[in-house]
Amino acid sequence: MQAIFSRPKSMSTTISHYCPGCTHGIIHRLIGEVLDEYNLKEKTVGVAPVGCAVLAYNYLDVDFIEAAHGRAPAVATGAKRGRPDLFVFTYQGDGDLASIGMGEIVHAANRGEKISVVFVNNAIYGMTGGQMAPTTLPMQVTSTCPQGRDVQTAGFPIQVAEMLSSLRTDAFIARVSSHSPKNIIEAKKILKRAFGYQVSGRCFSLVEFLSTCPTNWGLPPKKATEWLEQNMIPYYPLRIFKTPEEGKIL
Amino acid sequence: MAKKLMKGCEALGEAAIQAGCIHFFGYPITPQTEVPEYLSRRLPEVGGVYVQAESEVAASNMIYGCAATGVRVFTSSSSPGISLMAEAVSYMAGSQLPVVIVNIVRGGPGLGGILPAQSDYWQATRGIGHGDFRVIVLAPSTVQEAADLMIEAFDIADQYRNPVMIIGDGIIGQMMEPVEFKKREPRKLAEKNWAASGAKGRAANKIHSLFLDPVKLENHNILLKKKYDEVEKNEQRFELYNTQKPYELLIVAYGTMARICKTSIALLEEENISIALARPISLYPYPYQAIKEAARKAKQVLVVELSMGQMIEDVRLAVEGERPIHFYGRSGGMVPSPEEVCRELKRILAKKP
Ligand SMILES: Cc1ncc(C[n+]2csc(CCOP(=O)(O)OP(=O)(O)O)c2C)c(N)n1
Ligand code: SF4
Repeated sequence: MQAIFSRPKSMSTTISHYCPGCTHGIIHRLIGEVLDEYNLKEKTVGVAPVGCAVLAYNYLDVDFIEAAHGRAPAVATGAKRGRPDLFVFTYQGDGDLASIGMGEIVHAANRGEKISVVFVNNAIYGMTGGQMAPTTLPMQVTSTCPQGRDVQTAGFPIQVAEMLSSLRTDAFIARVSSHSPKNIIEAKKILKRAFGYQVSGRCFSLVEFLSTCPTNWGLPPKKATEWLEQNMIPYYPLRIFKTPEEGKIL
Repeated sequence: MAKKLMKGCEALGEAAIQAGCIHFFGYPITPQTEVPEYLSRRLPEVGGVYVQAESEVAASNMIYGCAATGVRVFTSSSSPGISLMAEAVSYMAGSQLPVVIVNIVRGGPGLGGILPAQSDYWQATRGIGHGDFRVIVLAPSTVQEAADLMIEAFDIADQYRNPVMIIGDGIIGQMMEPVEFKKREPRKLAEKNWAASGAKGRAANKIHSLFLDPVKLENHNILLKKKYDEVEKNEQRFELYNTQKPYELLIVAYGTMARICKTSIALLEEENISIALARPISLYPYPYQAIKEAARKAKQVLVVELSMGQMIEDVRLAVEGERPIHFYGRSGGMVPSPEEVCRELKRILAKKP
């Protein structure tokens, strides 16, 4: 009998703690598949964030380092510089990467660290119970902007992929979404390309995944995917923003 | 190896290389900038890695990541920068990573000044960051001792899987002295089979300090405590000076300040006043017993620091009220001369204890 679908070798059998309908788990699975396809399981070091994915190391069956909130790019820099032969990736939420860890991600990208970053943008702080994130949409209601995000006092949501694409240093930067099968298939292709740039020692890469947080958005899973499509994608366009071959793509 | 005239900061950098550490992540700050400057030139020569981080927050998290892969690594900073490293130090202690941190202390609080001080004793010895943990802290008083301790620090860090800090004041960092990098017997160290270095032929390793289950977190803290008990048993270092013959008063001082006190002791010797010195070298583990015993042979004790009085708390813990304890300290970068210390000693001796 031929197996046509199975658990990636790079994933464990541990049942995840993610809420029903949360797309963190899908993104984990894509990472597991891509690690398998490049045969990286035995030479990978993942760096886990502080956020809902803090326990990612229980689900991805590769060596892992748990970083302090936002510091994953610095931790990954240390790991990759110490052992350039390893495949080093970070997995970070939007509070982790775009708020407390903004300094670390900008400078890791700007130094051109040969690491890969999986950036999960769910427009909210999931783990701490649904507070405003730097990526929360204008007028989106969260527990710390109960009247909706006021751009006059909180500013506009940060478009991380666009912002990092403005750096001169070579990089691969793209935004994908995890809300529909079609998008997931596309996301996997782009994630594989991103990881490939580290495998070949070429450059820094970051893939921003739009992701759902049904629990803190206060929506059932299906409604959450619709909300993502209708509200997030218009503000956060899905595309490749920068490649080492072409530079910034206008 | 022959003796070389070197600045303290440079000697610390070279000592790391001699100890087999060729990875450095740091950020410039006076008075330790000569460490990154020296290494940015030297490390490429030996196939090492030098990275100028964007901040001390990043530098300390970089050494966290590097150490997690099992590679020897260190960073260097001074007071305001060490404050920024507090977060990563707590994480490194929690996930039991061996790293070395050089701390060339300058006056504070806040931006303070850039001149020598010992005002970060509490910060260094009371754990720096959040949580129940200790950092092993070694305080040299000469450039040679700085190099010797630096070389050994990497072995100590590896043996206990714990951050080790070399603490000096600006004088240790800036002064030039002859130094020799001595070959020494390396400690017997276990394989780093815990490292996140690619799970080849073994289960995946997870470097973490998160224990959501309170039973597991308490067990982790108990395990760390056992380690610190071992450190306290094995790693106490101190120097006793002029304790052979009877003495009236015991000075307790460390680092550069201890060196100045030795000169004061020699000056008073000429006037037939006998003073002894106890110099803690390991600030954690603190040599409580040695200081208690040395204090018992004196009528009173004087603690001298380049601060408004921080180590004095440990001296009180050591002496346990058995002798009166006086304090003399200068701060903000003001360094007392041996004569000033003599004056203070005479003032104390003139009064009845
Ligand atoms: C220094 C520090 N500040 C704050 C926190 C609390 N905290 C934990 S997770 C988190 C936000 C996580 O949100 P995000 O990165 O968006 O990830 P998500 O949970 O949504 O996946 C915060 C603020 C912390 N752990 N450490
Ligand atoms: S809180 Fe939100 S992000 Fe976190 S697991 Fe639940 S749905 Fe996912």
